[in-house]
Amino acid sequence: MAGASIMETLFQRNLEDLIKASRQQQVRESLFISKSMDEIRREIKSTDLHTKSIALQKLSYLSSLHGLDMSFAAFHAIEVVSSPQFLHKKIGYHAITQSFNDDTPVMLLITNQLRKDMNSSNHFEVSLALECLSRIGNIDLARDLTPEVFTLLSSIKAFVKKKAIAVVLRVFEKYPDAVRVCFKRLVENLESSDPIIVSAVIGVFCELSLKDPRSYLPLAPEFYKILVDSKNNWLLIKVLKIFAKLASLEPRLAKRIADPICEHMRRTGAKSLMFECIKTVVSSLSEYESAVKLAVVKIQEFLVDDDPNLKYLGLHALSTIAPKHLWAVLENKEFVIKSLSDGDFNIKLESLRLVMAMVSESNVAEITRVLVNYALKSDPEFCNKILGSILSTCSKNLYEVIVDFDWYASLLGEMARIPHCQKGEEIENQLIDIGMRVKDVRPELVHVSRDLLIDPALLGNPFLHNILSAAAWLSGEYVEFSRNPFELMEALLQPRTSLLPSSIRAMYVQSTFKVLISYVHSYFLHKENVASSIDSGNQASEVPESFSQRKFPESSDLTSEAPACSEQDGDFNPRDSNQSFEDLSTENDGDVTVTHGQASTSASLGKNSFTQESIVNLLNLVELALGPLSRSHDVEIQERTKNVLGFIDLIKKEILNPIIQGEQYLAREGTEASNAVKLMRDAFSKELGPVSTSAQERVAVPDGLTLKEDLSDLEMICGDALLPLSSSFSLGSPQYGEKFDAPLSNLQSKDESEPLKESTSLLAEHRKRHGLYYLSSEMGEIVSNEYPPANDPMSQDKLSDDAADLVKLTEQSVASKKKPNNVKPRPVVLKLDGDEIAIAAKKPELNSGMLSGAVRDVLLGSEALPTSSRSNLSDKPSSNKKGKEKLNTDLPLESKDNLGGEEMPGGAASSRKSKHRSHGKERRHKSVGKNGEEKEDNSQKKETQKSNHRHGRHKPRQKADGPLNVVAQTPVIPDFLL
Amino acid sequence: MIKSVMVMNTQGKPRLSKFYDYQPVEKQQELIRSVFGVLSSRAENVSNFMEADSIFGPDTRLVYKHYATLYFVLVFDSSENELAMLDLIQVFVETLDKCFKNVCELDIVYSYSKLHTILDEIIFGGQVLETSSTEVIKAVEEISKCSLSLSLYIYIYIYLLSSLFLLCVCGAGFFMSVHVINR
Repeated sequence: MAGASIMETLFQRNLEDLIKASRQQQVRESLFISKSMDEIRREIKSTDLHTKSIALQKLSYLSSLHGLDMSFAAFHAIEVVSSPQFLHKKIGYHAITQSFNDDTPVMLLITNQLRKDMNSSNHFEVSLALECLSRIGNIDLARDLTPEVFTLLSSIKAFVKKKAIAVVLRVFEKYPDAVRVCFKRLVENLESSDPIIVSAVIGVFCELSLKDPRSYLPLAPEFYKILVDSKNNWLLIKVLKIFAKLASLEPRLAKRIADPICEHMRRTGAKSLMFECIKTVVSSLSEYESAVKLAVVKIQEFLVDDDPNLKYLGLHALSTIAPKHLWAVLENKEFVIKSLSDGDFNIKLESLRLVMAMVSESNVAEITRVLVNYALKSDPEFCNKILGSILSTCSKNLYEVIVDFDWYASLLGEMARIPHCQKGEEIENQLIDIGMRVKDVRPELVHVSRDLLIDPALLGNPFLHNILSAAAWLSGEYVEFSRNPFELMEALLQPRTSLLPSSIRAMYVQSTFKVLISYVHSYFLHKENVASSIDSGNQASEVPESFSQRKFPESSDLTSEAPACSEQDGDFNPRDSNQSFEDLSTENDGDVTVTHGQASTSASLGKNSFTQESIVNLLNLVELALGPLSRSHDVEIQERTKNVLGFIDLIKKEILNPIIQGEQYLAREGTEASNAVKLMRDAFSKELGPVSTSAQERVAVPDGLTLKEDLSDLEMICGDALLPLSSSFSLGSPQYGEKFDAPLSNLQSKDESEPLKESTSLLAEHRKRHGLYYLSSEMGEIVSNEYPPANDPMSQDKLSDDAADLVKLTEQSVASKKKPNNVKPRPVVLKLDGDEIAIAAKKPELNSGMLSGAVRDVLLGSEALPTSSRSNLSDKPSSNKKGKEKLNTDLPLESKDNLGGEEMPGGAASSRKSKHRSHGKERRHKSVGKNGEEKEDNSQKKETQKSNHRHGRHKPRQKADGPLNVVAQTPVIPDFLL
Repeated sequence: MIKSVMVMNTQGKPRLSKFYDYQPVEKQQELIRSVFGVLSSRAENVSNFMEADSIFGPDTRLVYKHYATLYFVLVFDSSENELAMLDLIQVFVETLDKCFKNVCELDIVYSYSKLHTILDEIIFGGQVLETSSTEVIKAVEEISKCSLSLSLYIYIYIYLLSSLFLLCVCGAGFFMSVHVINR
């Protein structure tokens, strides 16, 4: 056996051989690697540690650079680490740091080895163990090795000490209770004479304060000393990073550090330190005018530098300061615009950001003009960046910067035509959004849509399909503004629409339907007018201009029969019909069905295009184009097409067989068709508006309703069903959102108001789901009773009160939005409170997400300790101020030792201030005193005292993280810098 | 905190990769590939920074430097200074240069473990602990002496064993031949 292992050792390939061999295998490298893996798998099982370690080294090489899995070797790595030889240890630790993670099953086995190596006399071994801990340390390792780390923190070898300090970060992060043990020694090291040690400590604090700066406010004096005294750039950068965090918490601190930072800015030659100073000023000291001015001067120096890095960073700093000091950007406006055409993508992007920051109501048109021109010239990627940032800037805060929406609508149209444009979705959303929010822009939108729809070239670009979908929707929805519906119809039905994806085709079909209805409706209206004018003896058929105003009917009866009649009318003769047209129209005048809710357009009527021929042509065109689609495989298209064709059949009979009607003088049929048209018209003329995402929440629970406990089950079920719904509809896709909002709220309020049995609730859920589906696809035109369309007053009767409130609220918000001083009055942008609520609600969530998990660990970890004092703490997040005070009285020792003092009530601030300072000192004295005694044989009593002390240190953190953040902020923090 | 150090050549072959947050190997390879994808598309004489949010997640920056056939890449978060990181790459390369006497790609290819030793002296668990190349070299030399002496010992041990073995074989052969001659 021994002989075999020697032979193995002798003939084993070491790492260098492996690399050499692999470099010779140019072609079949993967084969070679798999062969070497087999070799390694064999060798690693060897009993000889040397063989094993070489195999492990080869394995970690292959894993790190060729991406091979080495988790199978975890146990072998531990074996290698346990070797007495340094080389083996080194290889073993390297493999461990590279491959171990929290899921590694053998992790527990290395605790003892690490401990042994940390106590080793060879400081390189200690360093290996520390490195290993800093990389793979989990909670168990951190807990078990805290005493060793604590001992090493006071090692006399700087080589070991700096690594022990650095490892503390990982230990704190994983095992927050270690703070109680190690924190003091860590702080002591701040006063070390060795700059390397100080820099290591500051590095640790920099990392820690990034996650939870509040806890480190008490250390500000120490940091300040370094800021003023140190000459080490590296150290200064880190201290500045810490201060950037602290200064935003404590304004007096900001005042204090402003001067030294300016001093550094004036004096230093190091760009990195300079940049850090600038960054600190622009991010945290933006109130200090002189500092900001100096920083801007320095930024300008960066900007004119030849080094692209400095240019980039300068622009970056400018964009940080832009929100607060726009003048700094405006001062460098020319440079920024020039940088848009820089060769460096980063610089271009930064300057784009800055340009967008400069946008305001007055200059938005010019700036976008410049940018669109740049977009036309630049490469696709940057072009889309430009378009994206124009879109996002203009739509910010509900189109805050836009005054002239007609201009914006045409800009959107123009952007759609830029060759590289890939922002179809965003443009689609905005087109529809402004269509719904801003009434005044609709004619222009229809105009823009028409131009887009009519251009057959655009259909070939898949990126534009979304925009075309929006255009189709807009021209269908607001067809009354269209100048030439016939032309629009042709555009919607052009052959190249077969290039569109089916969902968008369905949209086209739907729009066709709307345009058709509108057209036929106008036709009937026209007929009536002609008829009435004939009656009154006035042959000159004038267009009633009074009809051009769009009215919204108060009620509509949607329960009437849908145009289901699909009778075939094969042998019609369009020419015949022409003569009887007059007859028909004269007959019609008796029953003026159109009493209210007329919506007609002066423009379309004015063209006098409503001859019998034109309408027949139109119907034929639609039938011809949609005929093939009725056999489409896509359900949406098929169904919508069938609707249109069915409708055409219904009305064609009347229009094309006028002889019968004319002869028999029966108004009934005519009434039927025009009634149907009118009904459809009414259904379509319901205005769709943006719906606030929080609208549902406003529906109050009716009085006298007691929600039983077992409804919680129901909630669970419905909660599932509702969640995806509410998240899926937003203003981003309003054409769906509204469709199902009303029925949804209906159903939901039903759910809430009636203590339903579970089966009914399931039914409701089912309906809700399917309601969503049908409604969104059917565009709400032919709806049965269960699924009333959006904004149908009838359906809203049930919630009328709440809805009225909502309307009032929206009106208020709209009213408040108006700006009186505009030269050209800005059109009203329909704004919902929900928009803001949604935004505001998101923010705290985000913040709490940003609070690092580590500090929360600190809190949770310490609370979990079974000390009597902790029980008080543990319920603090839920309880409030009271709990805080109680804590103070309960634990006098703690509050005395506490060096943070943030939780002190505000009133007592000044009186306690001095006391506090002395505490700080006392603490230091004490710690110095303690240091002597505090050896490994710490008595139990000391331990508790110390723990209390540390614990006190802890408390401010808890404060800071708790829900009472704001309360904790107000109490006065002692002037640390005195 | 530094999240990752990578060295790769202009063909995209990784020469050194170190991730201070644990990443599964497949993910490591993917990250290296995507970083290279962006790096290779960048022109010369442009800034050394790169938007890395899409690759490494939010609040990460990436700085790289191009030396001859190699890219040196550092990925870090907001607690590091961008220009200081650029300097750190310089420190690392200088140290390599001193260790290998005019470092070239081949040196880096062949001295995998030394490379890691050097890097570990500069960056410890994601934190920069040493920025002076002389200090680093001193430590690295001591470490290699430490491991070399041990491995030398092993080689001597193996050498002795094998020579003993050979001696035995020779002795036996000699004995045999003597035996044959005697016959």
